[in-house]
This record gives sequence, structure tokens and C-alpha cells, in this order.
Amino acid sequence: MATQTPTTAVLDQASAQGQRPLWLETVQDWVTTVDHKKIGIMYICYALIFLVVAGFEALLMRIQLAIPNNTFVSPQTFNRLFTMHGTTMVFFVGMPILFGFGNYLVPLMIGARDMAFPRLNAFSFWISAFGGLLLYFSYLGGDGLYGMGGAPDVGWFAYAPLTERVFSPGHSTDYWTLSILLSGIGSIGTALNIVATTISMRCPGMKLNRMPLLVWLYLVVSLMAFVVVSPLTAAQIMLMLDRYAGSHFFDTQAGGSAVLWMHFFWIFGHPEVYILVLPAFAFANEIIPVFSRKAIFGYPAMVAATVGIGFISLSVWAHHMFTVGMGAWANTFFTFATMVISVPTGIKIFNWLATLWGGRIHFTVSMMFAVGFLFQFLIAGLTGIMLSVAPFDWQLGNSYFVVAHFHYVLVGAILFMIFSAFYYWYPKMTGRMLSEKIGKWHFWLFLIGFHLTFDLMHVPGLLGMPRRVYTYEADRGWAILNMLVSSGAIFQAVASLLFVSNLVYSYFKGAIAGADPWDAWSLEWSTTSPPPPYNFAVIPTVGSRRPLWDLKHPEDPDSNYEM
Amino acid sequence: MQAIRYGEHFASRLLFIPDGGKTSIFRPAGTSAHSIFGLSMLVLTITLCIFLVVASLLLYVLLRYRHRASSPEAEQEPAQIYGSTQIELSWTVIPVLIVVILFLATARVILSSEQPHEPPGALDVIVIGHQFWWEYRYPKLGIVTANELHIPVSDSGHPTPTYLTMSSADTDHSFWVPRLAGKMDLIPNKVNVMSLESQAPGLYLGQCAQYCGTQHAKMLLRVYVDTPADFAAWAVHQKQPPVEDANAALGRGIFQQNACISCHTVAGTVAAGRFGPDLTHVASRDTIASGSVINTAANIRAFVDNPAHFKPGALMPPMHLNEHDLDAVTAYLMTLK
Amino acid sequence: MSTTAVIPHSQAESWTLPSRGMVGMACLIVAESAIFIIFVVAYVFYLGKSLTGPTPRDVLHLPIFISICLFSSSYTVHRAVSALEHGKRRACTVWLTLTVLLGGIFIAGTAREWHELIYREGLTIKTNLFGTTFYSLVGLHASHVLIGLVMLSLALLFSVRGQLTSRHTERLEVLSLYWHFVDAVWVVVFLVVYVFGK
Repeated sequence: MATQTPTTAVLDQASAQGQRPLWLETVQDWVTTVDHKKIGIMYICYALIFLVVAGFEALLMRIQLAIPNNTFVSPQTFNRLFTMHGTTMVFFVGMPILFGFGNYLVPLMIGARDMAFPRLNAFSFWISAFGGLLLYFSYLGGDGLYGMGGAPDVGWFAYAPLTERVFSPGHSTDYWTLSILLSGIGSIGTALNIVATTISMRCPGMKLNRMPLLVWLYLVVSLMAFVVVSPLTAAQIMLMLDRYAGSHFFDTQAGGSAVLWMHFFWIFGHPEVYILVLPAFAFANEIIPVFSRKAIFGYPAMVAATVGIGFISLSVWAHHMFTVGMGAWANTFFTFATMVISVPTGIKIFNWLATLWGGRIHFTVSMMFAVGFLFQFLIAGLTGIMLSVAPFDWQLGNSYFVVAHFHYVLVGAILFMIFSAFYYWYPKMTGRMLSEKIGKWHFWLFLIGFHLTFDLMHVPGLLGMPRRVYTYEADRGWAILNMLVSSGAIFQAVASLLFVSNLVYSYFKGAIAGADPWDAWSLEWSTTSPPPPYNFAVIPTVGSRRPLWDLKHPEDPDSNYEM
Repeated sequence: MQAIRYGEHFASRLLFIPDGGKTSIFRPAGTSAHSIFGLSMLVLTITLCIFLVVASLLLYVLLRYRHRASSPEAEQEPAQIYGSTQIELSWTVIPVLIVVILFLATARVILSSEQPHEPPGALDVIVIGHQFWWEYRYPKLGIVTANELHIPVSDSGHPTPTYLTMSSADTDHSFWVPRLAGKMDLIPNKVNVMSLESQAPGLYLGQCAQYCGTQHAKMLLRVYVDTPADFAAWAVHQKQPPVEDANAALGRGIFQQNACISCHTVAGTVAAGRFGPDLTHVASRDTIASGSVINTAANIRAFVDNPAHFKPGALMPPMHLNEHDLDAVTAYLMTLK
Repeated sequence: MSTTAVIPHSQAESWTLPSRGMVGMACLIVAESAIFIIFVVAYVFYLGKSLTGPTPRDVLHLPIFISICLFSSSYTVHRAVSALEHGKRRACTVWLTLTVLLGGIFIAGTAREWHELIYREGLTIKTNLFGTTFYSLVGLHASHVLIGLVMLSLALLFSVRGQLTSRHTERLEVLSLYWHFVDAVWVVVFLVVYVFGK
């Protein structure tokens, strides 16, 4: 790695002398950029837009479900709403926002100037973005806006044979398939970049066991992406061949198997949710130590647990299929594998607890969200254990208990950590601090709404309410619960709007952050906020896992103690 | 058991559950549901204990170690601890032990629940899922019906379980009557089996639990667990040929000359369609439209006129009968007791 | 703007990391392998389950010649990379030409086989489960061969024009890795479809 670069003075002077660019120049700059930081920000902003859209879809569903036999939306519209909500949240909010943060942070944290393949990086973003636009174009295509067009209505996991031409004659399934195929290409491209960058572009001294845990987790996520997104791609190619070339992969009337689709989908679908949650763990691994003022407890175990989770998650998929009739031995195996994954996951929770122990905990808004994550992820994991017990799943599966469980993970754990990550890294990305005052309102409102909705949501499941129903009978005893669940959604919506306004307001009026507002220890804090396009004036050499700790405490560097 | 019942009572009040929960998984009334209930209590106990321990530790740590600006060490960094092999080993071993216990308890229930062979003395019922109704055939009794499943109550001394053989004619469905058993999917080109057995006569509700299309939400289930006398009477009645009421001749004629016969069956007549529910004894049922509409003349009339009025997206098209014909057909259907 | 912390740096140890091109191609190969595995699983799962129509035994013949051609092309592309590494540009052009030719024979042979299957035996992707899984799996492989041929032809074009030098060895090596992958997939497809599947 060359370390001789033009001096910062020359480059800074050049940009300071230039006048403010025209807005058209700014647009061109962003559209043609290959800078990982800008691409990361674009991924994040894109995901935020879809978060609001999919959140709105959720709000509409909750209004419909607030009272039994409601007629707020038609069944056809409702079925489109839950399909679009799920598909959007997984592929056009979850994946982009997590890959966006990864894109931004990984090169900075390993002391590199950019990703290994900058143009591939840009291509991956734009193809994913196009996928999202294609999915939403479905509302306009086909029958047009009032007839709700061809928006997918087959559920986000699109079980065959419902998706075969004979049962879904319009184009709804095609929009689902094609938009996800495109986003899948983008995901593979970004994952490839992360792996190549992490393996080939670390700064001198940064051996693999000195990388920040965030980089480790993104490495595992990216490696998983290769073996996980591909089965979905393959299954979707098969589905398109069935629908248009007359093949019979999932055509049960020609001897095809509906269960085969389920296997292929869940071989993707289960590890996918680990791909979504591991970045949340990655953020926790960086944020919790800094606000506890202690190094992460048990770095090697954290790495081993992450790799373990990555591997085991590839073997648990059929716990989504306990009621399909796979036979006792298969049900037993998948119960076992699913229970086993709770061990490395538990280790992570205990390590975070041990990091907090003996620390000096600062409850900034970022940390408050991280604390919420800890409690909520614990609960989500425990309801997951309940679901792993196959006979219990025979009752709980496909009910609102499952919906409550996975929203507990996706919102209570992942979204909370995403909020935490925003409050932590926004200063680095923009040079300004987010308002802690608005942040506290955001946190408490969202917390109340989250618990009102998702704690109570477990109960209708226990009382027999299945999922994906556009309405329900009044005599089942689900009505009051649904009303309360729906009311929580309003708090979350308000809190989210507060958050967005915080982002905008602080961009113009936030306190100047400086390079290292949190007194943190990883390399991204050693450069300016925001970093210059070249990231570092001089590529650093590191001697331990916390290079800035060593710098700030030269008498007591980490390298003396690391396990 | 008493403790559990008190717990249930308290929990149901706390969680706003009126009607005692007609479809609650915590009010088992069938052999399968009881077995699952027992295991679920163990699981809930273990997870509750884990939660209490870890959550209180977490709470303690957050309170005890919060930064206090006033304290003397406020400006120093605390002692940096990088790990501890013993501690890490213990919190690996203990969860592994918990997993082993939970797994063994679960495996036992899984293996004992599988019933690839029909139990002796069982009643055979073939269940076929359709978009958006349930077809029931009793091959040994020669009965074909739809949407309302009658099974005999089982005596623990003299068990008479019902053995369901299940598949689907179109997309995936799932048979879920929570108080009687866990759910089992109905999958086209695949046969699943399930034993259904209850010692408490009564009506048990449920609904389809696998998204199958537009009207998935209204594909309801009604299982009547009958006393032996009631079941015998029902079976005898269902085996009868359809009632031939002379007053309904007009309606019967209209029915048989319209497209009705291409989807519906009325035994022994020209109507032999299999796409829609069997109507031979439709007037003997409590509900129509797969349990979602009370069976009255007015409702039948409205349904035949325009099924989308009750079930938008149902696969039965509006029959475009004029008022007069509609009245006649309704009258005919109401005679099919 | 220039208030960045400067981490002390030293050049004490050498610091070499794997080439990003090879890592990138390895990642792509892993992802593509996963796609192929799913199609192979589908093929194996549906063996013997077709409700009608010709079976593999009825219509498939071992494609020995084209397989030999494809496997040889792995050798020739390897020679091309060696040649380039040693600066032997002319030799590189020759070996690349052979590679493209051998790959082209494979594609032509596959096309011929399909023509016969469709028009003589009446087996299409619609016919039955065997047709479905056969054409999709073999077709997926053939499309990967085609993409490889396009890239190799580009490399050949550059080589012919004298623009390919030993500086580009690593890039050609990355491409050859892809080509070896395509060959390895054919080993699996050949065994599963033409040997075990019959």
C-alpha cells in the first residue's frame, strides 16, 4: 500500500478556493460518484424513503384491522399492502440501509481509501434502486392506479402454486420477482466489494484479529450473502420459467412440488434475517463499548459466535415449515438446529452485558436505543426459542404470534440499533450532531408505540388469530387487542417523523461535531467529520484493536492486554 | 392444574379477552392440543426464568454503572477488561444444558405425535382444501359435505379418534382449530395426515392458516364434536338422498338449467360439479360461505345473487338471475335439509 | 479541515494481502455455485417424477466429444496465462484462440443436441419435469459458457491488437479462474445428468 500522497494542505486549499457548486453540479456529482461514502449515504437515504412508504402501508393495514369486519380497504388492497410492506421492508429498507452503513464504514474502519471495486459499488446501488422503483411502479402498471394495478399480492414469500400463472394471471408476481432479482444483484455486488475490501485492503498492522468487530460482522454477512441470495435467485428464475416458458418446477398439476419452493425460499429466507440482524449486532459492538467506556468483552468469542451463527443459520430453514408435514425426523432436526443457534446468540448478549459491567455508562440517545435493543432482542430471542419447539409451533406458526416475534426482531432489535447507529455516526457523515432533545422525544415515543403494538400483538396469536387476514370475526375475542395494537402504530409513526425532522434540522442547525465527538477508538474517528474524499491523509499503521485508544493512552496500549 | 387455571383467568382479564377465548391455544379440548399445552408450559417456564435472570442483571448493570458526573472517578476511564475464559465458558455450558433439556422434551412430543398409520377404531375423513372452502368426504360412510366437520366425541376408555387425510385442490391451505390440535397444512400434490380427537363435545372454531388468496381470511372452520347419538343421527341424515319437495320444483328446475350444476353437486341429480361445495344438505348447516355467514334464506339469496357482497374475491361468480328466479332457487336450496 | 489525528506508522513488517481481483472472482464463484446447486437439487429431486414423456434414458447420449473440448479449454487458457506472464504475447494469442475455439465447439455441440431433442424426440421445457429441469440446468451452464466466451474473445481481441501485456497477467488469471469454474460445473452437470441420472 503506497503511503505517499499529496499533502492535505494542497487538496484542502483547492476545494476551499472553489465557489459553491451549482445544484446541477451537485446532482451530477452524486449520480456519477464512485466514492463509497456518498454511495453509502445514498443507500441510507433511499432506504429511509422506503421506510416511510412501507410504514405508511403498515398504518393502512392497522387501520383496517383495528375493528372486526372493517371495510376501510378491500381484501385485494389489503393483500397487496401486506405483500408490499414485507417485500419493501426486507429488500428496499433493510438490505440497503445495512449495506449503506457497511459501505460507509468498512473502508474507514480498516484504513482504506475506498472499496475494492468502486464502479461495481455504484452499479450495485443503482441497480438496487431501480429494483425498488420497479416494485412500486406495479401500483401504476396493469389496471392503473384506481384498480391498484399489478402490485404483488402473493405475500412476501410468494408461495407456489399461488404464484403460478393459473392462480395469479396478472403481473403482480412478475413485479415481485423482477424487482427482487435486481436488488439481489445489487446485494451480491456490495457483498463482493465488502469481502474483497476487507481481505485485500486493510491498512498495515491490521491483521484479521485486530479488525473492529463491525468489520468482522460485515465480512460474515457478505460471505453469507453469496450462498443465501443465490437460492432465491435460482428459485425466481424457476418461477419465471414456469410462468412464461411453460415449465413445471412448481406446477403441482404436472407433478411439481409446492414444498420445493418452500425449501428454496427458506434456504434464502432464514439466513436472510440473520443477514439483517448481524449488522445490528455490528453496531452494538461499536456503540456499547464507547458509551460504557470499556473495550468489548470477549472479542475472540464474539468473532467465533458470529461465524457460528453464520454457519448454523444455514441449517435451520425448515423451522418455517414445521406444519408442512416433513415427518418427525426432519421436524426434530430443525428444532435442534434452531435451538442450538441460541447458544452463540446468548453468548453475544452476555458479552454485551459484561462490557457494560464495571463501565461508566453514558445515556446518550444513541445509547438509549442500544439499551432498548438489548432488552428487546432478549425477548425476541426467547419467543424465537418458543417457536423452535416444533409442537408449540404447530399452534403458534402462521399466527400473529409469529408476526409479533419477527417484528420484535426487525423493529425492536434491528431498527432500534439502526436509530442508535444514526445518532452515533451522523456526526461523522455530516459534521453535525443530531439534536439530543428531539432524539429523546423520538426515543420515548417510539418505545411506547413499539411496546403497545408488539407486546400485545403476541396475544391474538395465542388466541388463534392467523396472519395475512384482511379482517377477522368479532366473536373471537381479538377486537380490543387489535385496536390497541393499531393505536401503537400511531406513536411509532409520529416518532419516525420526528426522527426524519431531526435529520433535516440538524443538517443545518446541529452543533459542529469535530473529528471525534464521542471520544471513540476506531479509525473512522481519526479523520475529519465529514472525511475528505481520500479518507486519510496518510494511511495509518495500527498496533491493536483500538488504535485511537493507544494514541490517547500511550502508557497503556491495548496490545499489552488483548486476548 | 388449578394454578394454571387461575393464571389463565388472571391473564385473560389482564389481556382484555372476553368470551374466554373460543380459539385460545391455552384452553385445550383435544388430545393433540393437550399434549402441546403441556410442552408449552415447560417452554414458557424456562424462557420466563431466562428472561427474569438476564433482564434483571441488565437492569442492575445499567443502574449501578451509570456515569455520574459528580463521582470522583468521573473523568477517568474505568478498568478495561478484555475477557475471562472461565466466565465465558460457564455462560456457554449453561445454555447448552438448557438446550439439551428443552430439546429432549420436545423430541419426545414430536416423535409421539407422528401418526403415519390410522389408529384402530378411527373414523376416516378426507379433507380437501379449496379456494376458499373445505371439502369433507367420509369414504366408509358414503358422505360428502362441506365446511362443517362433524366428528364423534372420543371416550378415553373406548377411543374413537378421527383420522384426517388432507390435501388441496389448488393452492396451499392450513387446517387450524386451536383448541383441538396444532395446525396441519393442505398442500396440492401432497397428502398429510392428522389425528383429531376430543373428549369434550361442542363446537370448535378455527380458520385457514396459510395464505391462499383473496378470501383466505374468510375460510373459516367449524368442527362439531358430537355425542355418539348425535353423530349417528347426523350421519344417517347426511346419507339420505336430497329432499324432493314438490313446492321447490320451479327452483330445482332453474338450478339444474343454469351453470350451478357445473360447480355444485346435489346427489342423484344432474348437478355433479366438484369445483364448489356439495349442496345436497346445505340447508342442514348452520352457516354458509365457509362459516362466515349465518345460514338464512335472506343470506342465501344475497349470496347467490352476488357472492362478492359477502366474500369479495370468492371464486363463485354472480349468477345474474332475475328476482323471480332468485326467489325460486333460494326456496329450493332451503329445502335441501 | 486538516485536524486529523496522525497514527504513528512504521514500515517495519512487510504487509501483503491477497489480490482483490482474485478475492472478488472467488466470491462470484461461490455465489454462482450456490445457484447451480439449487438447479442440480431440483434436477435430482424430480428424477423419476415426470408424469409423462421421454425419460433421460430414452433420449440422452453421453456428450463425450464436447466435454473433452471443454475440459481441454481449461488447459489452453492456463497456457495462455503462463505465456502472458512470461511476456510471450504471440503464444498467448494462440492459446487464447484455441480456448475460444474449443468453447465454441462446446456451445455448437449443445445447440445440436438441443435441436435433436426438440425436433426429433419432442422434448421441450414444457413437456414434463425432466424437460423442465434438463433445459434449465444445462441452459444455465451454457449461458455461463457463452458469457465466458464473450470475455475470452475480448481478451483475444486485445491480444491480437498487441494491447495485452504481462502487466495484465493478473486480470487474465482472474478470467481464467472463471473459466475453470465453468468447467468444474460441467463436471457436476455431466455426472448428474448424463451418468447418474440415467
